[in-house]
Amino acid sequence: MNDGVNGVALAVFIFFFLAVTVMGFLASRWRRAENEQSLDEWGLGGRSFGTWVTWFLLGGDLYTAYTFVAVPAAIYAAGAAGFFAVPYTILVYPLIFTFLPRLWSVSHKHGYVTTSDFVRGRFGSKGLSLAVAVTGILATMPYIALQLVGIQAVLDVMGVGGGEDTNWFIKDLPLLIAFGVLAAYTYSSGLRAPALIAFVKDTLIYIVIVVAIIYIPIKLGGFDDIFSAAGEKFSATNEATGKPVGSLVPGDAGTWTYATLALGSALALFMYPHSITATLSSRSRDVIRRNTTILPLYSLMLGLLALLGFMAIAAGVKVENGQLAIPQLFEDMFPDWFTGVAFAAIGIGALVPAAIMSIAAANLFTRNIYKDFIRPDATPAQETKVSKLVSLLVKVGALAFVLTMDKTVAINFQLLGGIWILQTMPALVGGLFTRWFHRWALLAGWAVGMVYGTVAAYGVASPTQKHFGGSSKEIPGIGEIGYIGLTAFVLNVVVTVVLTFVLKAVGAPDGIDETSPEDYTADAGDKGVAVELPKVGAGH
Amino acid sequence: MSDAPEAPVAPEVRQPVVTPVRVIIALCLVAPFVAMLWVSSYAKADPDFIGIPFFYWYQMLWVLISTALTLIAYQLWQRDQRGRKALKDGASR
Repeated sequence: MNDGVNGVALAVFIFFFLAVTVMGFLASRWRRAENEQSLDEWGLGGRSFGTWVTWFLLGGDLYTAYTFVAVPAAIYAAGAAGFFAVPYTILVYPLIFTFLPRLWSVSHKHGYVTTSDFVRGRFGSKGLSLAVAVTGILATMPYIALQLVGIQAVLDVMGVGGGEDTNWFIKDLPLLIAFGVLAAYTYSSGLRAPALIAFVKDTLIYIVIVVAIIYIPIKLGGFDDIFSAAGEKFSATNEATGKPVGSLVPGDAGTWTYATLALGSALALFMYPHSITATLSSRSRDVIRRNTTILPLYSLMLGLLALLGFMAIAAGVKVENGQLAIPQLFEDMFPDWFTGVAFAAIGIGALVPAAIMSIAAANLFTRNIYKDFIRPDATPAQETKVSKLVSLLVKVGALAFVLTMDKTVAINFQLLGGIWILQTMPALVGGLFTRWFHRWALLAGWAVGMVYGTVAAYGVASPTQKHFGGSSKEIPGIGEIGYIGLTAFVLNVVVTVVLTFVLKAVGAPDGIDETSPEDYTADAGDKGVAVELPKVGAGH
Repeated sequence: MSDAPEAPVAPEVRQPVVTPVRVIIALCLVAPFVAMLWVSSYAKADPDFIGIPFFYWYQMLWVLISTALTLIAYQLWQRDQRGRKALKDGASR
């Protein structure tokens, strides 16, 4: 792998990297509003993005560098099981079609910046809102760390960073520079920076995928040859388990796992703070619905990308770390200059989500921890200042995480993060449609889901790991293997429903709901919406 | 779908929550879940398409189908909302 530096590829990579850096800093002037010192401006881009900007932003946000590296890597390693990412992203859009416009409306009406803002307003419970905020921050941190893992993968294949024996500082210097730059323009431009860079990122990604999916199969002799090579590899027996190492089509035992992973991941995706941040930055309710009809273009791309995993097998790419399979395939197949383009796509693909994630986590901290618990009288300008600083801290934290700990730690936490974030769904989506749930019941359900999910994931062993070896486990009572996050979610809902009945029966005090039914359908231009935004945090 | 209540011709602006159009919207949104979660219906290799096993091309095809369904749901919803708004404005005049 580290057989010298690929000079041409590196030069192209650096060129694109410099270009987006300049864009990132200039972004602060793009669509600049008068009131710069508010969280609506820095953290939500002035809530002004139209259909196309939102499309690029959401696409750039959800389909991260890590996705591009990890999905084909999973296919490369095990075949069919890794393809669940495709049904997962198919199911996301009908889901968000139903609930996100309601969240947009109520957030616009009341000036909510985060999901926790909404939960606090709806249920009148700072405790519940804190639970949602902490879960969001915990789930986002390892996700940012994984973006770094994505950049590291391409740097590694390009031969940058030296061999094993170079001093750690030289080895990690490229990564440090990339992240320093990212941190600086996120700090100065806020959400506008990733929104602008997302254009470059997605254009590059689309070009690379289209070229890869046409060029590589031709070089490898067509899909017939690709899949027969893959079938051959997967039929080999794994020495540790005595079973085949993978399969081209999931067996009967695998169907439950496949379906629950797809459903659970689809439910979880829009609970992540960064998805919500990108959504709330859109200009109107309609922008969101229209986006659910054009975002699936990314799913198609993801499906094609997943097939690259098979191509890596057919091309004879042999890597110990599956994460390197796709970068290595690109380097083996493409001319050097185009390898540079492909690597730039992955590298920039890491910067966009990392910026949005750090903004989202910072907003959660500022609004739902700092303002709610530390300084209730913070002005919008102070909020923005805190958010900017926290976005830096979050990134430094993620960097420290990746540099000091083994990569598998970040991957384990990311796995846990998915399980955790799903546990905020009853409060958030439940709250959008009904006020029936009791706030304490929701908190108890959340706690049960978190504890079950964590314990269950801890207990999963794999041939290489004793704990956190995977995200699926036998579902109690059904006996099939299913996604832990979904099982935890079902437990969470059951606990919430039962306790709501109990709490209502004993007359436990309900929180104050500051929203009213028509808030959930309000649109831009309606009274009190959009034309003049309510002061941040002023409530009603 | 036939069991959806007919729109009442009541003089009040109160309109039913469930209408045939909304049932169709719901079906459009639910269909991908049925298709994708029923994994055993597509967990097979044949028939293949230009060498790609059924399992893979079928799911990719569903990306397109679900997009079309969401688009239909979106159009119907727009029309539903416009109709309601017009009725409401007409009644309040």
